[in-house]
Amino acid sequence: MSEPLLAVRDLRVGFVTEGGLLQAVDGVSFDLVPGEVLAIVGESGAGKSVTAQTIPGLTRSPNARIEGSARLRGEELLEASEAELRRVRGDRIAMVFQDPMTSLNPVYRVGDQIVEAIRAHRERVGEEEARRLAVEMLDSVGIPQPERRADAYPHELSGGMRQRAMIAMALALDPDVLIADEPTTALDVTIQAQILELLRRLNRERDLAIVLITHDLAVVAEIADRVLVMYAGRVVEEGTLDEIFYDPQHPYTWGLLGSLTRLDRERPERLPQIRGAPPSLLDLPAGCSFAPRCPHAFGRCTELPGLKARPGEASGHRDRCWLGPEEKRGRRELDGRIGLEEPA
Amino acid sequence: MGRFAVRRLLAMLLVLFAISIVVFLIFNVIPNSDPAQRLAGKNATPQLVASISEEWGFEEPLPVQYWTMMKKVFSGDLISYNSRQNVDEQIAEGIPATFSLCIGAALIWLSFGILFGYLSAVKAGRATDRVLTVLALVGISMPVFWLAAIFLYYLTFEVELFPSGGYVPLSEDPLGWAYHLVLPWLTLAIIFVGFYSRVLRSNMLDAMDEDYVRTARAKGLSERRVRIRHVLRNSLIPIVTLFGLDFGAVLGGGAILTEAIFNLQGVGQYAAESIKNLDLPPIMAVTLFGAFFIVLFNALVDIAYAWLDPRIRLEESAR
Amino acid sequence: MASPPNAESRPAGGGPWGLALRQLRRNRVAVGSLVLFVLIVAFVIAAPLWANQVAHTGPNATHTLEKIEVGGKQRDVVSPDGTPIGPQWLGADGRFFLGADGRLGRDEMVRLMYGGRTSLFVSLAAALITTVLAVALGLLAGYFRGWTDAVVSRLLDIVWAFPVLLLGIALGTALAVGGLQIGPLSISSGSIWIPILIIGFVYTPYMARPIRGEVLALREKEFVEAAVAQGAGPLRVMAGELLPNLSSTIIVFFTLNIANNMLLESALSFLGAGVQPPNSSWGTMISSGIELIYSDPLLTIIPGTMILLTVLSLNVFGDGLRDALDPKSRVRLEAHAGRFEPEEEPA
Repeated sequence: MSEPLLAVRDLRVGFVTEGGLLQAVDGVSFDLVPGEVLAIVGESGAGKSVTAQTIPGLTRSPNARIEGSARLRGEELLEASEAELRRVRGDRIAMVFQDPMTSLNPVYRVGDQIVEAIRAHRERVGEEEARRLAVEMLDSVGIPQPERRADAYPHELSGGMRQRAMIAMALALDPDVLIADEPTTALDVTIQAQILELLRRLNRERDLAIVLITHDLAVVAEIADRVLVMYAGRVVEEGTLDEIFYDPQHPYTWGLLGSLTRLDRERPERLPQIRGAPPSLLDLPAGCSFAPRCPHAFGRCTELPGLKARPGEASGHRDRCWLGPEEKRGRRELDGRIGLEEPA
Repeated sequence: MGRFAVRRLLAMLLVLFAISIVVFLIFNVIPNSDPAQRLAGKNATPQLVASISEEWGFEEPLPVQYWTMMKKVFSGDLISYNSRQNVDEQIAEGIPATFSLCIGAALIWLSFGILFGYLSAVKAGRATDRVLTVLALVGISMPVFWLAAIFLYYLTFEVELFPSGGYVPLSEDPLGWAYHLVLPWLTLAIIFVGFYSRVLRSNMLDAMDEDYVRTARAKGLSERRVRIRHVLRNSLIPIVTLFGLDFGAVLGGGAILTEAIFNLQGVGQYAAESIKNLDLPPIMAVTLFGAFFIVLFNALVDIAYAWLDPRIRLEESAR
Repeated sequence: MASPPNAESRPAGGGPWGLALRQLRRNRVAVGSLVLFVLIVAFVIAAPLWANQVAHTGPNATHTLEKIEVGGKQRDVVSPDGTPIGPQWLGADGRFFLGADGRLGRDEMVRLMYGGRTSLFVSLAAALITTVLAVALGLLAGYFRGWTDAVVSRLLDIVWAFPVLLLGIALGTALAVGGLQIGPLSISSGSIWIPILIIGFVYTPYMARPIRGEVLALREKEFVEAAVAQGAGPLRVMAGELLPNLSSTIIVFFTLNIANNMLLESALSFLGAGVQPPNSSWGTMISSGIELIYSDPLLTIIPGTMILLTVLSLNVFGDGLRDALDPKSRVRLEAHAGRFEPEEEPA
């Protein structure tokens, strides 16, 4: 097995606030190999964005407590100095954010912003050549008339175009890893599909590893190779796309899958949802953090389960639930489909 | 861009018209006394009052009065019955001093305000910031004329560091011109430096939370580049509008007090003396010209603002 | 996620007001400046007490030809060459504590206290007027929009186009001769209500426009829609839904407005377009004091310092109030302390 491109081990990120220590990420580990698309999925507040932004050091601040390890080709990032991180950012790890309207500086032209990224890392590249590269990038992400578009301001482009431009800017330096934090959430469904198609193409053509953050399982299904399901700062299940969708082991995953409405089934009477709300990260229950909302909780759930694979099954498919494999298989279907019933 | 400018200037003309009406109302309609008597001022004789009444048309309907007033002010025909001098000429004589004062002070407060604001934002929450914030707060809480008086006493009298007043025209003696203006410049600037540094600090701290700053960092840009090309650049835009307003306010306000104390013989001092004598024609003219100038200046600032912030151009031309 | 709120996840400590109060209490500087302001107010309220019990004189009483006993000796209140006596502090049992004010030989301390009453009263009264007008106009323009908004906004724009001091001067001088008459209401030219009304009027747009802006934003919110759907009329919506949400903005503006009013009043009075004799304020005191600036600088410096302290205390407190009521600014300050200071980076 090739050495992982990105190896994250036991990442913990806490923020000191008035109300105490808010543990946003509590022990997340994963590997990313070249060309792989890893999706991190969960509700808002699950810690997905914090995980993603901590890797290039964007969450560093006086009240942040960051522990664990994140190695990019063996180079430790969490301990790196700002100067070292600046070399990595944009050049080897690039990021694309959720809202391209606010993520691009409104007073500079789109092309200029890409040029800025290029020249920050390639000092020997002249203004003209950088501009040529920028236009090339815009073209490669499918923006028509890239010459003209490069001279446009962000607000002059449509939502989809802006996001493509952001992706162009992110990939201008041919990074190893692209971290896309909810890249399609702010877009229309049709544009969403286009952007995902673009990401898939880039993944294939450039062997680009992607970490995709999303709350939308439909997006995950389109593009992911592997999936990390997060809840309240912890990974509750991880596995390949097929494993997660066809053989999910954790009740929370069942709930997520169950809440997807499907065109090929009868419309349910009520839209299924997971009862209750995520817990406050300042005040996590002891033991399994999903237990209060879980209809299958039982005595043992007051103790925090470890992230384990089932004996005899794929070692990459792990979950954090005390239920035995038989019980899981039995309970995860409601009326022939995977779902989570409401607590008694 | 051109269309925006034209529309802005047209809007400005409307405002100017409205302002002239307001000035007319203030001086000739609202007060509860005989307008001719008011204009005649302190040395009023019945004949004078009567002749003023006829000259200004106070027996005529209001619109005619308004027109008469406007004609008098703008045709250079306005006379102060108190001092027997032509008002418009007096104003013209005072303009160089007033402009020297305001422009010089403006340059100082703009540069230091931005510098201190930037430093405050960059070192937010630390010692530098706290000190600068305190200084800024004290600065904006000071009465201008009090500061001027203190400078006057301590720096021209106790220690004869600077001349105690008077204005030297630039054409005559540039060094003397500047020397006489140092204290007045500082007086005016200190008040605004405080204000501007706080505004910039606040804008920059807000900008730091913006998504595009996060993107800039994620691109691997140096901290300095992020601060200046992204945070500062966007934070300066509102400062431009503010500056437009304040420059006008200084020209039409703060300058009056400073000029009076330092005896700069500018338009402001002329206004201050007229106030003391309750001599209305000069005050009327100064108010009108002052407000006019400010509205014009603001229109220019708006146009400059549109040039700085591309989003405005698009919004405006799309309307 | 459309799920009912989890009771356990509600933040502790009550609603926004409780949170703000706690935050404010922790801001020692803001609390200190509030205390300072209260002390100043107490100082001026004590004017009659001081005048009668300690100084045994009034603010306008002249003592040009008198002598007082200081340390066993008799001294002229105003010496033959016109020099007033300097601060005696407690040397003459509190009389002429800060000395005499020029040729007229009036007790400066007593004048300071009474002048302060005028200055503070004018500033507070004007602030009330501004607040009432601004809230009314802002609500009307923001809620009804359309023609109402167009008219109100244009009127506000016109007033706003004048620099504050210039407009105050214009109104002040015009009304100084002959006073004001609005319908049945008649105010004489020397009345203290003239500067109050002028200052209140002049600052209205500065408060009305932001309030209008907030009303425009608030009226789109769901709770307003809900109230309207329940049949609430405009008055009910404005008073019941909008006003409470505006209260923190109003309070902050009100506080800062008092500070601005003090500066404007003193400037106008200094020039002669504000408080008229026989009333006196800190501004008029500086005006007369500045004629003697070289011989007796204290007569100018002391009232000016009082203005500075009052305005400063209000500004600092207002700032603290604003920080306490705006959660965003709090978080920002914590999160950003030192954020721009990575290791080896020059400024």
